[in-house]
Amino acid sequence: MVKGSQGVKSVQGAKNVQRTKRVQAAKKEAQTGDAVTVERREALAGRVFSAAGVTVTPLPPAERVSLRAPEDSVAALSRALGVTLPAKPKTSAAKAGRLAFWLGPDEWMVIDEGGKDPLADCARVKALHSAVGISHRNVAIAVTGPACEATVSAGCPQDLSLAVFPVGAVSRTVLGKAEIVLYRAAEDSFRIECWRSFSDYVFTFLSEAARDAAA
Amino acid sequence: MLLIRCPYCEEERPELEFRNAGEAHVARPADIAAISDEDFEAFFFIRSNPKGIIYERWRHIHGCARFFNAVRDTVSDKFVMTYKAGEPKPKKLPGVAK
Amino acid sequence: MADSFRISGAGRFSHAKTARFTFDDKPYSGIEGDTLASALLANGVHLVGRSFKYHRPRGILSAGAEEPNALVGIHRDAARKTPNVRATVQELYDGLTAVSQNRWPSLSFDVGAVNDVASPFFSAGFYYKTFMWPKAAWKSLYEPKIREAAGLGVSPDQPDPDHYSARFAHCEVLVLGGGAAGLAAALAAAESGVRVILVDEQAELGGALRFESAARIEGQDGWTWAQGIAARLKAMPNVRVLTRTTAFGYYAQNFVGLTERVTDHLSSPGMDQPRERLWQVRARRVVLATGAIERHMVFADNDRPGIMLASAARTYLNHYGVAVGRNVGVYTANDSAYAAALDLKKAGVNVAAIVDLRDNPSGDLIDQTRAAGIEIHGGRAVVSVGGKLRISSMTVQPRTGGKNQRTIPVDALLMSAGWTPSVHLFSQSRGKVAFNEQVKRFLPGTYAQDCISIGGCNGTDELSTCMDEAYAAGLKAAKDAGGKTAKAAKPKVEADEVWSRGMLGAAPGAEAGTTVKAFVDFQNDVTAKDIRQAVHEGMRSIEHVKRFTTNGMATDQGKTSNMHGLAIAADELSRAIPEVGLTTFRAPYTPVTFGSIVGHARGSLFDPTRRTAMHDWAERNGAAFEDVGQWKRAWYFPRAGEDMHAAVNRECVTVRKTAGLFDASTLGKIEVVGPDAAAFMELLYTNPWQKLDPGRCRYGLMLREDGFIYDDGVVGRLAADRFHVTTTTGGAARVMNHMEDYLQTEFPHLKVWLTSTSEQWAVIAVQGPKSRDIIAPLVEGIDISDAAMPHMSVREGKICGVPTRLFRMSFSGERGFEVNVPADYGETVWEALWAEGQKHGACAYGTEAMHILRAEKGYIIVGQDTDGTVTVNDAGIDWAIGRKKTDFVGIRGMKRPDLVAPGRKQLVGLKTKDPKVVLEEGAQIVADPNQPVPMTMIGHVTSSYWSENCGRSIALALVAGGRDRMGETLHVPMPDRTIEVEVTGTVFFDEKGEHLNG
Ligand SMILES: [Zn+2]
Repeated sequence: MVKGSQGVKSVQGAKNVQRTKRVQAAKKEAQTGDAVTVERREALAGRVFSAAGVTVTPLPPAERVSLRAPEDSVAALSRALGVTLPAKPKTSAAKAGRLAFWLGPDEWMVIDEGGKDPLADCARVKALHSAVGISHRNVAIAVTGPACEATVSAGCPQDLSLAVFPVGAVSRTVLGKAEIVLYRAAEDSFRIECWRSFSDYVFTFLSEAARDAAA
Repeated sequence: MLLIRCPYCEEERPELEFRNAGEAHVARPADIAAISDEDFEAFFFIRSNPKGIIYERWRHIHGCARFFNAVRDTVSDKFVMTYKAGEPKPKKLPGVAK
Repeated sequence: MADSFRISGAGRFSHAKTARFTFDDKPYSGIEGDTLASALLANGVHLVGRSFKYHRPRGILSAGAEEPNALVGIHRDAARKTPNVRATVQELYDGLTAVSQNRWPSLSFDVGAVNDVASPFFSAGFYYKTFMWPKAAWKSLYEPKIREAAGLGVSPDQPDPDHYSARFAHCEVLVLGGGAAGLAAALAAAESGVRVILVDEQAELGGALRFESAARIEGQDGWTWAQGIAARLKAMPNVRVLTRTTAFGYYAQNFVGLTERVTDHLSSPGMDQPRERLWQVRARRVVLATGAIERHMVFADNDRPGIMLASAARTYLNHYGVAVGRNVGVYTANDSAYAAALDLKKAGVNVAAIVDLRDNPSGDLIDQTRAAGIEIHGGRAVVSVGGKLRISSMTVQPRTGGKNQRTIPVDALLMSAGWTPSVHLFSQSRGKVAFNEQVKRFLPGTYAQDCISIGGCNGTDELSTCMDEAYAAGLKAAKDAGGKTAKAAKPKVEADEVWSRGMLGAAPGAEAGTTVKAFVDFQNDVTAKDIRQAVHEGMRSIEHVKRFTTNGMATDQGKTSNMHGLAIAADELSRAIPEVGLTTFRAPYTPVTFGSIVGHARGSLFDPTRRTAMHDWAERNGAAFEDVGQWKRAWYFPRAGEDMHAAVNRECVTVRKTAGLFDASTLGKIEVVGPDAAAFMELLYTNPWQKLDPGRCRYGLMLREDGFIYDDGVVGRLAADRFHVTTTTGGAARVMNHMEDYLQTEFPHLKVWLTSTSEQWAVIAVQGPKSRDIIAPLVEGIDISDAAMPHMSVREGKICGVPTRLFRMSFSGERGFEVNVPADYGETVWEALWAEGQKHGACAYGTEAMHILRAEKGYIIVGQDTDGTVTVNDAGIDWAIGRKKTDFVGIRGMKRPDLVAPGRKQLVGLKTKDPKVVLEEGAQIVADPNQPVPMTMIGHVTSSYWSENCGRSIALALVAGGRDRMGETLHVPMPDRTIEVEVTGTVFFDEKGEHLNG
């Protein structure tokens, strides 16, 4: 069984803290004695790019967990997370604001966009697993519009046609010289996850590609 | 750019997602601290470098991140087949004469 | 005079708009739809360039991509100067500026043409033989001069202001070539419902139907039929039609590189349009419909302007409405040239005579020609021509020789030696061509990939056969790739055009023994005589002949010359053509711009630039940055009036006196989680981990299996089953890969997982005696007293209300903390710490001060003080090895004989005798400065700095047997002086380590 970090000092409160996205919220919570006194600065704050047929937009912060587990633990983890961890390569599951991406045979990325804490959910599971918080490691970018496929295809060598990369498909892959996780949220929308310090490169690449995507 | 079938992702993916990791089926001795200089040389330095069929390790580093094994022809560059890490050398190779 | 060779009613652009252009500053006008070549010909201009070696005047040979002669510079503006553009491919736009190349002072009077007169000295292999001796002169004299004289055109000297884009594409059927065959194949495949990409290098689809005026398909003339099919294909959602697009490379597993020219034909391209777009296509099936290329006749002075391929003249007439002369001659060994003569005659151009090498040419076409009143001289050859800047006459005699010569005035000469199937892409696909003795052609033989050749490139001569073959191939390709059966019917051909065989090699008058300049390769100035000379000098394989003569090695890659060259060599060797072999066809098919290859990867997209969460703060506070791999790291923070030296000195002193803040975010971080986490750590690091208590940290040292130091970093144990590992900045990715490799393939039984958290945490190092005072007001829930949180411990809690992993550790030798916070809070927590720091006089410091502070303490930096050949003992850190351990990566490697032999280089300190002298990093060290050169070098300086805290320079060095040399004087020879140094220990400051708790 993998517990959190019981030997040191509890991570209690982390979920409250990470839920707090803005100073305003922090001020409100100050009254309850759980004060975040500093603001959160997102890597791509304020950036957006539009071209004919496609828009590139940073997505708001989300809670993310890198989840690793053997097959035996999957059922328990799925129950705790409220979403069935997919077993098939290149697939995902979505339920109630929570996404579970298959990234490898024992690896998932769980994303919560509803302000709940999947790390805390995993901590309750006794079955063998490793859950590591990566909420701030990743930045998400939405590429939306009829030219989204052409935009991503400027730098991603996978076949992204709907037949091969349908809605719900997800894969770690490359975009130009950066590694990304690519998720097809809808026929005309991709969610791209990358590491924080690569987000400027990825966003700029997608913007450049978007200029040419209508062709 | 080659297409490589990842045995974990169960489909062919572009080479850009992969990285070669040297010769396969070179097992690290369990009692490595005790082996002779000659045995260490054989384990660490000596590689087969054949003309023809070679057994290689690859990693789907920008995909499922798994290491796996591949049989490849060093003359044609072609992948004959791939299989999961830890599995034995395949007894039969598809399309390869003995 | 303007447009005086344009024939009204002929061509397909009669209603097009006028386009003005200049050629060598002279204004001309053409029409939209023209190529530069057709526009020049319409103005009666044939002389467009000078040849590479002999500077001979050259004209326009072809009407397509195979053009070897008509290379010009196209200048849009100061930064947009493209050299070596084929005038036959460049589409005309209003305002186009073209300049000729390889001439001085002018095209018609070129001083370099003296090379032509001196040509006996410039024969095959000239450069190899002449500039062999003396060897030293090659670099200093010969090569620069040759380089100056060589080359066609001039490269632009400004950055390219255009942008280029790229796209990966996938399809079931990729059809390369949009002539009749390609169109039919694409149609068949497309109607099966699969994804089809159809590619053609021309602006319009139709291929040879551009000039084949007699072809009739589905009740229409060939060209009209082609435009109809093209429109139909473009309207289908499963089809992508790419015109002005060249398939330049055919790689493994049907991966094909295409370059699409998006704006080169536009007068004023839009800012958002890329100049070119690179398509990297993966296709299930490839259909090669690349056609055939007409060969020229090899005879004396066959390069004079006005001499061109018959199909080119026909294209200029039928497609562009331009007559290439008023009184043309024809020289042929092939039927298709007759069709050109007939078309010209019908358009009102006088055809002076057709000279046919064949004794008794016969057939419908010949009869029609005769009926049209055109003189036919069968069994005769053109043995010489008049005119220099433009052909003025041809001299004809029986091909068997004799004195029966006749000179006929002409202003243009059309030639055809037959057609060479374009097997370039097939050959690139690693398919093997086979020589067909009957038709004397290399044709696709053994296929290496899932592709099929159809039409001209497959040696299919008749249009109707082409169509059958193409349609069937398109259907089969689609079916093999998973398509349904198509419903549409195969297009019906009502009138054929047929290409016959022709001849290979030199024509009579240019045979062995003659000294005339009968060009085989126009662009590289290779004559039939040069090829024979290569054989005489011992070249036996065509690959050797090619390299010796440079035949086929120019930018046109011998599209018109390879077969002639091969035939001449085979003849000279008295061997069959297949025995002499065919040279390899390599990508690119035609030249590709660097811009196209680079695509988006320019400027900020050349490589990712990684910035930390605190980057903006550093920038606002005047930091100078240094590149560390892809990262930008704050190097030092100069204040007003400070240079780097002053700033770094201040930062180093301030850290030891009060405190400093340092951005350590770039360090790699890996979370090792699982019940076997400690067991895994034991195997990957030299240190013992099982007994490290949660909440404590340890310096970890990682080796490779060969026993050399690979990486290091502080590791905190957060729980029994959870470690927070740090790596060097540069090692982050490879250490993760190294750990995954062992975990997945050597130790898969261990229940442990690795997760990179490098970017989850921003890391603020607070170092110095006041560090605890600075963090204290902001930290919640952690007792940071020395008793509760000693040096080398880790706690989880909060700072500024956000979660933190707080490390008590030091890379400066002072009391220190490293504050890990979620990255999006990095900058604001830094700002809060900065505000606290200001109260104590703390500074922000950069990587330079960090390096000096650690060097003062003798702490190594892996990758600076080690180089992949340094052992634990060499570095003097044997204490990091768990002596009781029975296994870890490198445990055996480190005991290899060479790694434990005496005399290895060991890490020591160096103090210069003159404390003000700072050594150069990388400088070599010798024991005796008076020994003769080359001296025996016993080591080198790995780190060297001015240490303001020590009041002197300090250095670390790897020196042979260094630890036995304490107190010895060694020498560092430099270009201007030799520096005396004393060997010391590696710790220069606070040897007892009291500052860690100071
Ligand atoms: Zn995979």
